[in-house]
Amino acid sequence: MNWLEPLEYPFLRDAMMIGSLIAVMCAVLSCFLVLRGWSLMGDAVSHSLLPGIVLAYLVGAPLLIGAFLAGLLCAVGTGWVKNISRLKEDTAMGVVFTGLFAIGLVLFSKVPSDLHLDHILFGNLLGIGPAEIREVMWVAFPVLAVLLLKRRDFLLLCFDPVQARVTALPVRLLHYGLLVLLSLAIVVSLKAVGIILVTAMLITPGATAFLWSDRFDRMLWIASATAVCSTVLGVMISFHSDASPAACIVLFQAALFALSWMLAGRRGHRRRENPGGNETGI
Amino acid sequence: MPMNDPLQIRLDVENISVMYGNGHAALEGASFSLSGGTICALVGVNGSGKSTLFKSIMGFVKPRDGMVKINGQPVREALKKHLVAYVPQAEEVDWSFPVSVRDVVMMGRYGAMNFLRIPRAVDRAAVEDSLRRVGMWEFRDRQIGELSGGQKKRVFLARALAQDGCLILLDEPFTGVDVSTEDAIIDLLRELRSEGCVVLVSTHNLGSVPEFCDQVVLLNRKVLAHGPTEEIFTEQNLTSAFGGQLRHFHFEQSTIQSHDGRAVKVLTDDERPLVFGKDGHLEYKNREGREDLLKKRKEEL
Repeated sequence: MNWLEPLEYPFLRDAMMIGSLIAVMCAVLSCFLVLRGWSLMGDAVSHSLLPGIVLAYLVGAPLLIGAFLAGLLCAVGTGWVKNISRLKEDTAMGVVFTGLFAIGLVLFSKVPSDLHLDHILFGNLLGIGPAEIREVMWVAFPVLAVLLLKRRDFLLLCFDPVQARVTALPVRLLHYGLLVLLSLAIVVSLKAVGIILVTAMLITPGATAFLWSDRFDRMLWIASATAVCSTVLGVMISFHSDASPAACIVLFQAALFALSWMLAGRRGHRRRENPGGNETGI
Repeated sequence: MPMNDPLQIRLDVENISVMYGNGHAALEGASFSLSGGTICALVGVNGSGKSTLFKSIMGFVKPRDGMVKINGQPVREALKKHLVAYVPQAEEVDWSFPVSVRDVVMMGRYGAMNFLRIPRAVDRAAVEDSLRRVGMWEFRDRQIGELSGGQKKRVFLARALAQDGCLILLDEPFTGVDVSTEDAIIDLLRELRSEGCVVLVSTHNLGSVPEFCDQVVLLNRKVLAHGPTEEIFTEQNLTSAFGGQLRHFHFEQSTIQSHDGRAVKVLTDDERPLVFGKDGHLEYKNREGREDLLKKRKEEL
């Protein structure tokens, strides 16, 4: 068996290329989400896209627009429910996104369409066409550019929102900006990996990188590198084993996390257990 | 080196009232004014509105009545000029965050930096200068979780220095801090005062207040008293400010015979106790030869 055989097929090369782009965009986002304590925000936003997609299909609007608005509704609605009740953010989020997902499922079964639910849920990386590739590139590159260029502001927002406000950074704009970027990223990842597995791509690379790094820029590099490796290897494995490519990608990411946790996790733990180890007379 | 003119700094808290969501008053008609340079202690029990007052000065809470003015302008304007610097409590910070000591101090410069926050030479110089002033330059490449309690506090002080603000808010600066760091912090605050800054310190550490604060604001939802430490920080004022909420220990001659035969009263709000002698004068550490401690505070004002 020739392991490199998948590289001979253009559609698999496309899948690896576009999968890697999506993986890097999600990986960079995951670093911010993990540090902001928003890991499940990706899960919530991705599930809540379903009613937006179905409604957009109904009125004949572009599906991506419907999905984006639904995702944003979830993110903003969560904050709104949290602010006007005593509920904590995770509870508000759980109620809002499951409710939206349920609306989506009901709508889906009532509206006759040629949409494939399993493509929405699990993605169809190998069936991605040239138009969709352009779509992904049009969104992914700007999202990545904003995230990377404004990474210091987003980092301060995650690390110390009080300091961000005291030095007059536009905290509200950054907060909602991050939510918009997250929604955009999920929407374009949808066709490739589906709304279930995009959650993993938005958490695992950041979590893995966190174990290995004590600088943020290094964390971004490690997250992106693990994401690309997982995508390339995941698509290859899926070709040889005939399994879902998105599932193989996520499986690889999870395996890399497990490996990191065993190797680096303990190292990181020991290092941080001993604060000020060789301090000099202070 | 300060770009903001420190001699101009003035904080006016004008009759502010802040309500919680449930309708209870966090602050009711609180008023006081400070102008640089001064170190002012903000003293009050838990729930007396200290943190609400801080939030009002930082513009996070909008008072229902009244107004906070910094240099005669609304807080928002002062924040745009980065006049206000805040040193958080250790519990407010996620110490596992992947940032180095230098990264944290650089964050103090963001307000002055361009859109992309790319450090210029002047920013790097300010960061180095600030870290050297708090004696943490050698630790610049440490991840922040690898520091001791006192070192962590110094890093955030350095961030406030790098920001070059001249209204500096410190929340419980001595919690979890060793004695040498406490002294170093006090020295630094004195330098800031001599540069014309207004330093407002929220503290439970009543015993250390007369050691370095020249003014005191006693808070219990209202400003009960404010002014020079010597006049305000009296047994009578503190007892009325705290009511039954302070721990009282009354030592009679029968319990401490060695103490010059005098009776002492200890007031403590959890941290270092405040000790009054029988005739109402203050006791403090190493009192011998430093009998005029409070008078000195007044001279500094």
